[in-house]
Amino acid sequence: MRAPSGPDVAVGDVLLSVENVSLSFGGVNAVSDVSFDIRKGEIRAIIGPNGAGKTSMLNIINGFYQPQHGRITFKGEMRSKMRPHDAAHGGIARTFQNVALFRGMTALDNIMAGRTLKMHRNFFWQLLRYGPAMTEEVEHRHRVEEIIDFLKIQEIRRTPVGRLPYGLQKRVELGRALAMEPDLLLLDEPMAGMNIEEKEDMSRFVLDVNDHYGTTIALIEHDMGVVMDLSDRVMVLDHGIKIADGTPDEVKSNQGVIDAYLGVAH
Amino acid sequence: MDILYKVFIDPFMQMGAAPDLLFQTLWDGLVAGVLYSLIALGFVLIFKASGVFNFAQGIMVVFAALTLVGLHEHGVPAYVALAITIVVMFALAVAVEKLVLRPLVNQPDIILFMATFGLTYFLIGFGELVFGGDPKVMIADQLGLPRGAIDIKVAGGFVSLQKIDIAATVIASLMVATLAIFFQKTRIGRALRAVADSHKAALSVGISLEQIWVIVWFAAGLVALATGIMWGARSEVSFALEVIALKALPVLILGGFTSIPGAIVGGVIIGVGEKVGEFYWGPLLGSGIETWLAYVIALVFLLFRPQGLFGEKIIERI
Repeated sequence: MRAPSGPDVAVGDVLLSVENVSLSFGGVNAVSDVSFDIRKGEIRAIIGPNGAGKTSMLNIINGFYQPQHGRITFKGEMRSKMRPHDAAHGGIARTFQNVALFRGMTALDNIMAGRTLKMHRNFFWQLLRYGPAMTEEVEHRHRVEEIIDFLKIQEIRRTPVGRLPYGLQKRVELGRALAMEPDLLLLDEPMAGMNIEEKEDMSRFVLDVNDHYGTTIALIEHDMGVVMDLSDRVMVLDHGIKIADGTPDEVKSNQGVIDAYLGVAH
Repeated sequence: MDILYKVFIDPFMQMGAAPDLLFQTLWDGLVAGVLYSLIALGFVLIFKASGVFNFAQGIMVVFAALTLVGLHEHGVPAYVALAITIVVMFALAVAVEKLVLRPLVNQPDIILFMATFGLTYFLIGFGELVFGGDPKVMIADQLGLPRGAIDIKVAGGFVSLQKIDIAATVIASLMVATLAIFFQKTRIGRALRAVADSHKAALSVGISLEQIWVIVWFAAGLVALATGIMWGARSEVSFALEVIALKALPVLILGGFTSIPGAIVGGVIIGVGEKVGEFYWGPLLGSGIETWLAYVIALVFLLFRPQGLFGEKIIERI
């Protein structure tokens, strides 16, 4: 039971487009009339001060929130109501601002959970651990081990993730998202709360993922240095409104962005 | 001095003097324990996957048994009635997911707990409406369950093992083994544990909460049906059976709310502890200690291992 994954999108073409999307909670406008797109193969950053609507935007993209207005087109298919589990089927993976892992499970099991949608064998076979289900489990385990090597977390694969330090938890979470082999990877503040060394490691992983797997990435980040170094294009939100969009250099010199970040005398 | 003798020496003298009686008591305790374990297992399944303490588990046992017996009374052959009951338990799981869990998603656990109270009273009313409130006899013979007893010679006396008890023990063991493997080793098992740990993370990797909830409630329904048949065969099928759910509480405390092996070991400890305590120490307190001894055993355990025997260790980073 697979969701149609839609037509393939060539590198550089629009993978996801968001048109005039608005979302409000009660009277608070989290996102107002925002339009932007994400092209296949790029690293797209969304930045903005606290409460700008960045996380809301990610939640809209992967179906946690339903926008009241606007259209979202992913891989050429327009969708109105979409639930998180459909987004996952369609090839959107994500990480969370405050790590959301399966705390009681080992790092290995967490990453294996990311392969849920890729495994199809009937559960009676799984129960018997025999025949096709066994081959399938081994095959997926193999892919997961590749990811573990890639993220250099071999030593902790058997550790329940609740016991791991924060930086490693973030890495396991990235591993779980990668295990889904997503077309679009959403990273919500992948470097929050990290020291410089950990940030550098994480930046390298993000670049490598983009390079090695060709994964399109949309990320939210507060560290300007990181954002400017990593991303191909940057969108800036402030109070739910898009105030700038362009290359890192264009955004850096934009007066509206400077005002939003540094404050402006009224 | 006399009381110390009665508490610490006399019971053991009795055990030594009549080992066949001791074996009989241990066996009775084991059987009761296995049945407690089955009930506790129903709770553990649902608690593991949704963090909800399902107060309705006890009534699900009664409801499953009533449906089975009620259908048979209306002339449905036993095995067909069993199959229909399984379908009914599946329908119940789907209904619970659609009508109770889905509208309450993301609500605090206490709200969901209260909802299971509602479910309990609904099932009592509905069961009574359809099948009547009179106690019924379990159709054990028609289902091919063995009857009679085997007498085994032990230490100069006889221990009598009811065949139905032996069957209950075997069936319960098989169910537990299957569920344990299912939870630990399969994709769906992993998904169940994932849902238990974090809803939003589970959603983000494409696990459907709806599907998982239906699966656990159905599994709990099947466990309830097995419990209902076994327990019903030992006494009768009536709404009074519902209170056995309360017996599962000390078992859960002992075994840990999230552990399947814990439910089984906890059940056996409680069952054996209860029977042995009642038989050898009961007379000191004027008997009838069986009803509360389980809670005392659980309380003592709680002092030393708050997470239960096999419960997941509570880890909190600060």
